[in-house]
Amino acid sequence: MKLRKLFIVVLTLTLSVSVFAQSAPVQEPMVFETQQQEDRFKVLTQELRCLVCQNQNLADSDAQLAHDLRAEVHEMLLAGKTDDEIKQFMVERYGDFVLYRPPVQQNTYLLWLAPLGLLFIGALILRVNVKKRAVLLESTTDEETGNQA
Amino acid sequence: MNSRLFPLLGFLLLVGLLVVGLKIADRKTNLPSPLIDKPVPAFDLPVLASPGERMSKESLLGKPYLVNFWGSWCVTCRAEHPVVTELARLNAVYIVGMNFRDESTDAIAWLKRWGNPYDVSLIDFDGRVSIDFGVYAAPETFLVDPSGTIVFKHLGQLTWEVVQNEILPRVANMESGS
Repeated sequence: MKLRKLFIVVLTLTLSVSVFAQSAPVQEPMVFETQQQEDRFKVLTQELRCLVCQNQNLADSDAQLAHDLRAEVHEMLLAGKTDDEIKQFMVERYGDFVLYRPPVQQNTYLLWLAPLGLLFIGALILRVNVKKRAVLLESTTDEETGNQA
Repeated sequence: MNSRLFPLLGFLLLVGLLVVGLKIADRKTNLPSPLIDKPVPAFDLPVLASPGERMSKESLLGKPYLVNFWGSWCVTCRAEHPVVTELARLNAVYIVGMNFRDESTDAIAWLKRWGNPYDVSLIDFDGRVSIDFGVYAAPETFLVDPSGTIVFKHLGQLTWEVVQNEILPRVANMESGS
């Protein structure tokens, strides 16, 4: 019981630390014409990777490159570019790696389809096990009834 | 097979994945550039030595050249500087220094202090051209053929092995081809 309490305390502490770490993006103030533009900016900078610190997106990163790319996204938004055009701009320069959400294309089929495959394998294993147990259960109940009779 | 061995098997599989992951870890820092075999991004920038002059992509057409992104703030650029100098001494290829996100006075002082290996240095003050080149670290080096197509890119510090195995053979190829 004591151990569980300690566990919860440690868990709470570690989680709260990571929350603080996440909520400190240093961003320059940006002016948008519409609320919609601002919303799109937020989504885009969250879906684009900062290539210097590869496990952060543009919204979270304080690297110089992230600053510049945010400014670039901002400018393209104001110029009326669509989300797809902005992503295309990034992919042309930095490759698919810049996208946190990989596109479905020939070299990512495995990535997208593997979970389905794993699910299928899991279902197979489950089926085999259920059958085995059913047989086992049948035989034991048979024995029991046999004994009783 | 003993079913108690399954957890061990699973564990060994995970260890295998870890080993593979560690093996390819440094490949992640050397991403393939989507710009290979593509035309050089357009640029038209002031020349560091005489800011009144400008140089563009068009004015460099017709000969192979190397584009080396550098800055006086970049420690690794200092580390690769002897290699660039050695390459410049060979006179094998025209070397364009892209001085990006830098103050010109610092850049000029840097070249004076360590020596200037570049045939020309251009000022990309706000780094716009570096974004068009897909540069995300410094230094980065691009080899461009006479038709203005990027044929090779090296990310990070240029080493003599890269010069000898990647850059010089490609330059020689271009000259024999044309």
